Amino acid sequence: MSKAAIQRLKERFPDAVTDPYEGVGGDAVAMVRKDRVREVCRFAKDDPALAFNLAPYITAVDFLGSDPRFDLVYQLSSTVHGHRVRLRVGVPAADPRVPSVVEVWKGADWYERYCWDMYGIRFDGHPDPRRLYMYEEFVGHPLRKDYSLRGRQPLIPERVVDEAFRGPGPAGRD
Amino acid sequence: MSKETEQILQNPAPPADALDAPFPSKRMHVNLGPSHPAMHGTVRAVVELDGENIDSMKLDIGFLHRGFEKSCENVTWTQVFPYTDRLNYVSSIMNNVGYSLAVEKLCRLEVPERAKYLRVLTSELHRMSDHLTLVGAMGLELGAMTVLIYCMEARDILWDRLTEIAGARLTSNYARIGGVARDMPDGWQDKVERTLVRVAGLRDEVDKLLTRNRIVMDRLVATGRISRADAIDYGFTGPCLRAAGEPYDIRKASPYLVYDRLDFDVPVGSNGDNFDRYLMRLEELKQSERIVRQCFEQIPPGDIVVEDYRYVMPPKPQVYGTIEGAMAHFKIVMEGIQVPAGEAYSCTEAANGELGFYLVSDGGGRPYKIGVRAPGWNMLMALPAMLQGELLADLIPTFDTINMIGGEVEQ
Repeated sequence: MSKAAIQRLKERFPDAVTDPYEGVGGDAVAMVRKDRVREVCRFAKDDPALAFNLAPYITAVDFLGSDPRFDLVYQLSSTVHGHRVRLRVGVPAADPRVPSVVEVWKGADWYERYCWDMYGIRFDGHPDPRRLYMYEEFVGHPLRKDYSLRGRQPLIPERVVDEAFRGPGPAGRD
Repeated sequence: MSKETEQILQNPAPPADALDAPFPSKRMHVNLGPSHPAMHGTVRAVVELDGENIDSMKLDIGFLHRGFEKSCENVTWTQVFPYTDRLNYVSSIMNNVGYSLAVEKLCRLEVPERAKYLRVLTSELHRMSDHLTLVGAMGLELGAMTVLIYCMEARDILWDRLTEIAGARLTSNYARIGGVARDMPDGWQDKVERTLVRVAGLRDEVDKLLTRNRIVMDRLVATGRISRADAIDYGFTGPCLRAAGEPYDIRKASPYLVYDRLDFDVPVGSNGDNFDRYLMRLEELKQSERIVRQCFEQIPPGDIVVEDYRYVMPPKPQVYGTIEGAMAHFKIVMEGIQVPAGEAYSCTEAANGELGFYLVSDGGGRPYKIGVRAPGWNMLMALPAMLQGELLADLIPTFDTINMIGGEVEQ
């Protein structure tokens, strides 16, 4: 059923939807060209045979060292037909801008803000493109693979651990 | 003496229509949270008030952000389980199960029947505890402290049973890749059945106290409404979506584990208001009880983990007695489970809706990417739209009934 959905998308957008494949466990997946995302999503939502009406889960993956570097992933699902597909969009590091789908699904709002915050992917046409978790003064995007695991950037200088009150317990453990 | 005081002293009588004069309504910004008893978790809401009505509202989240995904990318697949406990900390086994199903999808593993039943059983007990927490907290914040006490008692005896099987009260860490950690202890089924009776009694007490209570109905009926179309558009799932009238439940739409063999109903509301969302929870408590009882009837004897030592720790006699066992143990502890390269998305129906895990593996011992679709995310996102023009007082029950859990939303 989900494969038929991908097929239908491919027939409608032969040049924007490419490389359909069957993922692990029978997931139906296809790649979508970056600048056509909104158009494809709009059709996927409005077409009665597809009816992907539930707002999708959007996340990104950073494949550092490959091109395109980022992989933006849309998990579409439908409450009408109960089927799911996954659309993957390659986003190059040089131009990390993708059309926003907030005007298609209102529920895409925070997921896109999350992708901006954590991966630095910009969404054109997003109504409120702030960071989601981190503060606006934060520099960089923490889920990028080149962001250090222990990278800290406090707003006020941190005291060294020895000075801070550690509570009762064995001293000098740090 | 100032000029105004002089004037007042000279004309002591107030104007005749002083009582009817409109209050000067001043626009006001109220900053709720991040640390406020009614803002569960640490959500900051900046509410712009026009009199008592909410004119606009902005949410600011991230105060509880602990870098779940970044942490998970730097530990082995097995070490992720304790982190998932801390996503929705009220129903941690559901997160464990959701994550292990996603990893098993990548590994093409089929878990033994008994493990499937144990997963469903403990998940449903945790679903009950999640709903009880919501009802109790909502009661408390509407001024019904008794309800909180009843719900906490019910939740605590459920957690006692879960402690007996999982070993921990809150952060259960129960599921494993390929099965579950422990089998039922002796006499556990009896204890759970007695607990279910007690919980049902407390649930009925709460039902009597709240459902036809005039004060509660005034606060809940027709407040925090969302239409069916909007709920879908915002990506609501779980009880909040069903309260708006959309009969969508992943346990029915694409059954996982053994849900296709269990007989249970999915309650569906019609108004999408706070009252319906509360009723969904009460009804699901009854359905979860049915599921648990059926699991006890159907559960077969057998293994609780797969016997594939690439994924599961061998039993201790084998580790200490055979070279193969020692090697398998060493490989899992030092290198982690080797999950085949690829990507997979797996979703389960958690207490508040669709809990999805998007996993990417590069074939190594550590996850390349773990994405969590937390159910509360969409509900919290829609809160400003749901409360547009409503009273400030309605924010509190609405925030309760969407049951946003800080741990999973803010990761």
